[in-house]
Amino acid sequence: MSLAHREAPLLKVRDLRVEFPTRHGTLVALDGVSFDIAPGEILGVVGESGAGKSLTGAAIIGLLEPPGRIAGGEVRLGGERIDNLPARRMRSIRGRRIGAIFQDPLTSLNPLYTVGQQLIETIETHLPLRGAQARQRAIDLLKETGIPAAEARIDHYPHQFSGGMRQRVVIALALAANPQLIVADEPTTALDVSIQAQIISLLKRLCREHDAAVMLVTHDMGVIAESCDRVAVMYAGRVIEVGPVQAVIHHSAHPYTLGLMASIPSMSEERERLAQIDGTMPRLNAIPRGCAFNPRCPHAFDRCRVERPELMDAGATRAACWLVSEPAKEVA
Amino acid sequence: MGARDTIAESVTQHACALVEVDDLHKRFDVSAPWLNRVLERKPRQVVHAVDGVSFRIERGKTLALVGESGCGKSTVARLLLGLYAPSAGCVRFAGVDIAQTLAGHDARALRRRMQMIFQDPYASLDPRWRVEDIVAEPLREHGLVGAREALRERVSDLLSAVGLSAADMVKFPHQFSGGQRQRISIARALASEPEFLVCDEPTSALDVSVQAQVLNLMRELQQRRGLTYLFISHNLAVVRHVSDDVGVMYLGRLVELAPKRTLFASPRHPYTRMLLDAIPDIAMTGRARTPVRGEVPNPLAPPQGCAFHPRCPHANDRCRQERPKLSSFKGVLVACHGVEEGRI
Repeated sequence: MSLAHREAPLLKVRDLRVEFPTRHGTLVALDGVSFDIAPGEILGVVGESGAGKSLTGAAIIGLLEPPGRIAGGEVRLGGERIDNLPARRMRSIRGRRIGAIFQDPLTSLNPLYTVGQQLIETIETHLPLRGAQARQRAIDLLKETGIPAAEARIDHYPHQFSGGMRQRVVIALALAANPQLIVADEPTTALDVSIQAQIISLLKRLCREHDAAVMLVTHDMGVIAESCDRVAVMYAGRVIEVGPVQAVIHHSAHPYTLGLMASIPSMSEERERLAQIDGTMPRLNAIPRGCAFNPRCPHAFDRCRVERPELMDAGATRAACWLVSEPAKEVA
Repeated sequence: MGARDTIAESVTQHACALVEVDDLHKRFDVSAPWLNRVLERKPRQVVHAVDGVSFRIERGKTLALVGESGCGKSTVARLLLGLYAPSAGCVRFAGVDIAQTLAGHDARALRRRMQMIFQDPYASLDPRWRVEDIVAEPLREHGLVGAREALRERVSDLLSAVGLSAADMVKFPHQFSGGQRQRISIARALASEPEFLVCDEPTSALDVSVQAQVLNLMRELQQRRGLTYLFISHNLAVVRHVSDDVGVMYLGRLVELAPKRTLFASPRHPYTRMLLDAIPDIAMTGRARTPVRGEVPNPLAPPQGCAFHPRCPHANDRCRQERPKLSSFKGVLVACHGVEEGRI
């Protein structure tokens, strides 16, 4: 992990801003999102619904739903800017250099084609393999993802697979052209717990073997703890804390991350009441001035209500919180 | 000693059970239409969604049912409320068979005493109704409050009990977040002052910080009003937080039923152990975990013998042929040949 840090980043996101023009004015859904992913690294992006985590993934792979648009900042893959490419160029990068895995394996596969036809199409589009060779590669991929009797299963349709097996097929599709980066958006959310564990360990193992970096978007802190090297916590369209996964879990500096961690029911201890963060995340059209978390924050002081904090060094992690720069306030 | 003997015995010992379920079965006919069956010579197909489930919930306690999708836990919930009629077996509420009561004159009075909270707060509230009408519906339906002013007052009390304000009465569901909507569902469920609440995955559609708010609220309400809960969830960490007893279901049957502490400290059934092992470990304590094997079999063609045997590391010939009964073992009920023989 520490090795990966020193290498030049594979994915570099700087000041990404995504806007949705509406009749009632422009909504800023992502505002100044910056992070890096090193080659072979697994970065978890965690946050509650509406925090902008899926949107970040969609913006990176160039699949923002209109009228959403990138209104500022840049995304670089291996040094090359990819946020302003024409759709045709982006399509050749997607699949070849960036693979995508989505939440629902049933909707990411075409029900009218066999699993083999979909895999072979991807392979022939992006790799110089044809006919029998492409089919062989498809079978190898299915075997790698742990699908039993891959030679026979390759000619089956998606509906003939169970949910867990379908997600394996989707992972095989994402890995088909050996991409450098995989964007996985809630890959296990639609699956049962026992299947979830299998898919997470499979994803982790295959990405290591294929030397692919992963951006793993999820709301499940447990999944992050199990699989990621680093984690970025998002709140109301901004990254509010980022750092190595152990540091964020055990030595978090941001009150939101602390609250989020404390509100997860624990398997190791029993509490009468769960810690809760009162209130809800603000809507996009009513993001508070200053720090977006200030109305829910137990430590908020005057500066939090007027000035927006940027990510700053906070010991083990980097956090966007004024408490970090004014530690004396924490006691007050 | 068979499961039914045990249950029957314990029933006579403590008469304070509010809900008793005895050998409950529910079969669904999922056959193809008649013409297809005739032309394509397809047989009738029946899913045994609930297959001989027995348990009891004492007044003021929470029983949690856990299991993966398709294990029959939601069907049990619906059977308990009389939303489905059982294929066999019975559900007794305060000592009376609900199937008979619901067919008779007292149906309405019984329905008032049990309510349900659903999983999806986006689907369970009518988008065209104001919060006031949603929460007042059970009051009107059961004729509990007549006068318009009194009704408003009652709705406003209910809303403040779940942490909303009287000013929310005039709003529509879309003006609330997921957690607030779930609070509205809870207020509606509480309106008729029920004794028993069936909660089917009440927090799985919510974010963790909001989930904590709703779980805390449900716990407070239980303590304040002496409610009895059947709590259905696939999340063992949540179950550990809310329940007194836990039942683990697999393919329509209870495989283990134990007090919460016992179940989490020393799970007996291999499936319970597998479920516990599958939970991601946030604290990264380095707890030893056995990798999870296989998937839930097709409920249309459940395996012979113990339904869990294809995934079980301890399965032997007996497990492949003979179906284990839920029987008592050191204070818990387990359906496993291995545990019974002392192999596990």
